[in-house]
Amino acid sequence: MEESASIHPMLIIAGVLGGVLLVAPGLIWLERRLLALWQDRYGPNRAGPFGLLVVLADTLKLFFKEDWTPPFADRFVFVIAPAIVVLTALLGFVVIPFAPGFIVSDINIGILFFLATSSMGAYSIILGGWASNNKYALLGAMRGAAQMISYEVFMGLSMMGVVLLTGSFSLHRVVEAQADMWFVIPQFIGFITFFIAGIAETHRLPFDIPESESEIIAGFHSEYSGMKFGMFFVGEYIGIILISAITVCLYFGGWLGPDFLPPVVWFILKTFVFIIIFILLRASLPRPRYDQLMDFGWKIILPITIINLMVTAGIVLLRESDGKLPF
Amino acid sequence: MELTFYVASAIAILSTIMVITRYNMVHALIYLIISFLAIAIVLFVLGAPFIAALEVIIYAGAIVVLIIFVIMMLNLREETVQQERSWLTKDIFIFPAILSAILLAEVIYIITSGEQIMLDQPSIDSSAVGMSLYGPYVIGVELCGILLMSGIVGAYHLGRQKKKIVHRFLEHAEQ
Repeated sequence: MEESASIHPMLIIAGVLGGVLLVAPGLIWLERRLLALWQDRYGPNRAGPFGLLVVLADTLKLFFKEDWTPPFADRFVFVIAPAIVVLTALLGFVVIPFAPGFIVSDINIGILFFLATSSMGAYSIILGGWASNNKYALLGAMRGAAQMISYEVFMGLSMMGVVLLTGSFSLHRVVEAQADMWFVIPQFIGFITFFIAGIAETHRLPFDIPESESEIIAGFHSEYSGMKFGMFFVGEYIGIILISAITVCLYFGGWLGPDFLPPVVWFILKTFVFIIIFILLRASLPRPRYDQLMDFGWKIILPITIINLMVTAGIVLLRESDGKLPF
Repeated sequence: MELTFYVASAIAILSTIMVITRYNMVHALIYLIISFLAIAIVLFVLGAPFIAALEVIIYAGAIVVLIIFVIMMLNLREETVQQERSWLTKDIFIFPAILSAILLAEVIYIITSGEQIMLDQPSIDSSAVGMSLYGPYVIGVELCGILLMSGIVGAYHLGRQKKKIVHRFLEHAEQ
């Protein structure tokens, strides 16, 4: 623990940034291989061992494609929109503790910082769709804005159960408080609602309504090509890693695990389990209609999260009046 | 820390001026977001991290998104830019300029009167904010709740629709 605490902060930043940016394109390969496995196909298996070099080929293709800005688009907004998605998703990693002491910045409002960055991520969809000056892009942007704003509410509320049990917004403290029991057991409803909100926040299937290609072509990024489209693509995968990592921190004990593996390895293993669940959801669930998504959010998830929060707060209050500290 | 404060406040002032002088509404809103982010940094430096986070989540993350949402639905384009350009003449800046000149004079007076303004305040954490919200200021919280409730009731009333019967075969089944 002492040696990891003495790592230079710049090294941690470089490690996190490099790791995330290396893993995110790799997920494209993982997703295609796993989808193929679940759908009884081969998937990409020709280039390199297990088809791994397809990642390189995809990236090179994106780099050399023509980067076309439509003449009818709003240039300034069109260019900054894809940068926002990658920037905000990467900023979220600042508060994630990968191992004891292995954290970029352990600020005492860690969970709120994560919520703030994820709420800024909504701008990439809205501005990208608006600047494209295309009706399908605008439809996608409006769907995305409504979806992300509503699901942010439930996301914040479902995380507050964990904050109540820990008594702190710092993710480092949240993980340390799970030494006896992972929070997924007392906060199971919170975990379910958080994960659903997380899927909606990254607009992955089954909640990929902003870009549903069978209805509105590709939604907010219909007009994007080349590396600008690549930024949206990579931003989505960074978002998946971020939501998986936060889920692991909040509900599955973060780096905690039996001693035979180092803490960082435990953290990465748990995160990959959730990334694979994200991909499995894509392989198995159909997309709901837009009004069904909104109904589901406001009429089912919101009451459940509020009841969960009230019950948790009541139990914490009872335990405190008995003189016991909450967990 | 002091340098961060001055840089962030300078960005806040500059971006707010840009908000006023833009002709295109979405561009103005982007500067408004930057202004909110800069104010969040100012609050963070002044020792209020909780309020700084809420500033980003609520103002920059939710309220401006809703404003952009409305602007997108109205689909305002070139005509509104022209209209803004014709409205935003030099004359309309006179009165605001006088008002801000008075404020500037007050700021100069405060600075020259020699009173020290402490930048390195002790940090106020979220539990302290909660304690004061549900302690001395509980009436404000309750009033805000009533205000929001009336907003929701009003929105529901405006958005209510009569049930439409989509097919004549369903007319009897619905009744």
